[in-house]
Amino acid sequence: MIKAQQKPFDEIRGMLGNAKNVLILGCGTCVTICFAGGEKEVAILASLLRMAEDIDNGDRQFREHTVKRQCEWEFLDGAAEEVKNADLVVSLACGIGVQATAQRYPDKPVVPGVNTSFLGLILEQGIWSERCVACGNCVLDKTGGICPVARCSKSLLNGPCGGSVGGKCEISPEVDCAWQLIHDKLTAAGRAEELEEITPPKDWRTSQSGGPRKIVREDLRV
Amino acid sequence: MKSGSNLEKVLAAGHFAATAELGPPKSADPAVIREKAKFLKGYVDAANITDNQTAIVRMSSVAAAYLALVEGVEPVAQMTCRDRNRIMMQSDILGMAALGIKNLLCLSGDHQTFGNHPGSKNVYDLDSIQLVQMVKNMRDDKKFQCGEAMDVEPRLFIGAAANPFADPFDFRVVRLGKKAAAGADFIQTQLVYDVDKFARWMEGVRARGLHQRVKILAGVGPIKSAGAARYMKTKVAGIDVPDEVVARMAGAAKGKAKEEGLKICVEIIQKLKSIEGVAGVHIMAIEWEEAIAEITESAGLLPRPKVDEVPAAEAPKAVS
Ligand code: SF4
Ligand code: SF4
Repeated sequence: MIKAQQKPFDEIRGMLGNAKNVLILGCGTCVTICFAGGEKEVAILASLLRMAEDIDNGDRQFREHTVKRQCEWEFLDGAAEEVKNADLVVSLACGIGVQATAQRYPDKPVVPGVNTSFLGLILEQGIWSERCVACGNCVLDKTGGICPVARCSKSLLNGPCGGSVGGKCEISPEVDCAWQLIHDKLTAAGRAEELEEITPPKDWRTSQSGGPRKIVREDLRV
Repeated sequence: MKSGSNLEKVLAAGHFAATAELGPPKSADPAVIREKAKFLKGYVDAANITDNQTAIVRMSSVAAAYLALVEGVEPVAQMTCRDRNRIMMQSDILGMAALGIKNLLCLSGDHQTFGNHPGSKNVYDLDSIQLVQMVKNMRDDKKFQCGEAMDVEPRLFIGAAANPFADPFDFRVVRLGKKAAAGADFIQTQLVYDVDKFARWMEGVRARGLHQRVKILAGVGPIKSAGAARYMKTKVAGIDVPDEVVARMAGAAKGKAKEEGLKICVEIIQKLKSIEGVAGVHIMAIEWEEAIAEITESAGLLPRPKVDEVPAAEAPKAVS
C-alpha cells in the first residue's frame, strides 16, 4: 500500500493562510493503516491546531471529516457539504487523494498534510519499508520476488555492485543490499545460474521516465 | 588491436602492466592536471582519470583525460552510470574517441549520498555491465544502443572494475564472468591489502578461465597513516584492510608512517606479481601522485616497456 508521513506541524500551520474555516479531511484507507491520515490522526491534528490557535488568540475554526477513500469520486462526494463550508481543506490523504479532492472541488484551496513516501509494507510495528516504484514492467519473476529497481540503491539489474558488504548496501548499514537478498534467494532455490545471464538495459518508457502514465482498458469502458 | 592504446599494446605483448590514477581538480584549472601528469609520465602505461569520484563534483573526466593526453600520459577515462543516461554516455563515448582517448573504464559509481550534492537525483539508466556491452557493440558492431548504425566507431579498450572483497564472495567471480561476457577487455580491482583473500578470488577466476579472457590489473595503494588504515578498514564499504596492516602502520616510527605505507604497497605488488593470471597493477595513490615514481621503481616496474610511442594528441580531424 501507499505509505505516508504527516508533515511537521509548523509546516501544516504555515499553509493555512487567511482561512477561517479549515476542514481537516482524512482518508480511511492507506494512510489510516500507516497512522498518517486516518480518522484518529485527523482528530489529533485538529485538536493540536485548535490549541495553537488558542495560544495565538486566533479565530480559526477546525472541522474534521474522514472519507473511506479520497482517491475515488463516489467517496469524495460524501464530503461535499463539509468542503463547501470550509475556506481551505487540509487533506491528510496521499498525493492522489489531495489531487482528487482538488479536482473535485476546483474552487477550494486544498493543501497536503502528509508527505506521500512510498509503496511499501510494514516490517514491524512502527517500521515501514519500500517495495515497489511502479516501474510498469515487473521483473519479480526473475529476481526471486525481491525488487532490484526499488530496493537496490542504484536500481542495478545485473547483480550486486562493489559496495555490498555483509548483506548491507553501501549507502548505509541500515539498508539491506537487495542483490544479496536476490542472490541468497535464487541460490537457495537452485537457480543461481540464472544470475549469470546478462540482463539487457531496461526500457524505462513504462516508468515515470515515459511521462505521466495512463491505463486504458477498452473492455471495461462504457 | 581493438583500440591501439598503449595499455592494450603493453598487455598484448605480455608485459606486466602498471596504471595509476589521476584525479581531476575541483576547479576549472588545467594546470593541476599538467602538474599531476608530470608525476606519472614515464612511470605507468596509462592513468585513470576519475569521474566525479565519491560523487564529488570535479572537472569532467573526458576533458581532464584530453589534458592528460596532451601532456603525454595515456588516459583511461572513467565513466560511471550514476550521472548519465544512455544518450549522454554514448555522446561522451563518441566525443572521447574523437579526442583521441583510447581507454574507457565502465563503473557503477559511488552513490551520490557520499558526495557533496547528496540531494541530487541519480540516473542509473544502465548498470556497469550494460554499459560495457553498449560500448562493445558501438565499437565492434558500429551500433548505437538503439540498434542504429554509425559511420565511425569509437575504438576503445574497454575496462571494468571488480571488487574481490565485496559480498557475496562466491558471486564476485560470477560478476567478473558477466563483465567478460559483456565485452570487457581489462579489469582493475578494488585496493588489495588482503592478498590471501585476493588469491582465493583469483583461484575462482582461473577455474573459469577468465584470466585468459580479460586482463586483470590488481588494485594497490600506499596508505599514508595508521588513521587512514583504520578509516579504510572501518568506514569504506568493500575494502578489506587486515589487522596486520593496521598494526604495521601504527607501529611505524614517528614521521615514518608514509615510508612504511610505501613499503607495504611495494611488498603487496611483489606478491601480486607471482599470482598466476594477474596481468598488472593499478596503483591508486590518491592525492599522492608523487609516490608513483618511488613505488614503481622499488617494485621493479621500471622502465616501462615501449611497445610503441604513445602518439601525441592530434587536433580532431573532420571525417571526410
Ligand atoms: S519490478 Fe517494477 S513493478 Fe515490479 S516490484 Fe519492482 S518497481 Fe514494482
Ligand atoms: S550495495 Fe547492493 S543494494 Fe546497494 S547499490 Fe550496491 S547492489 Fe544495490
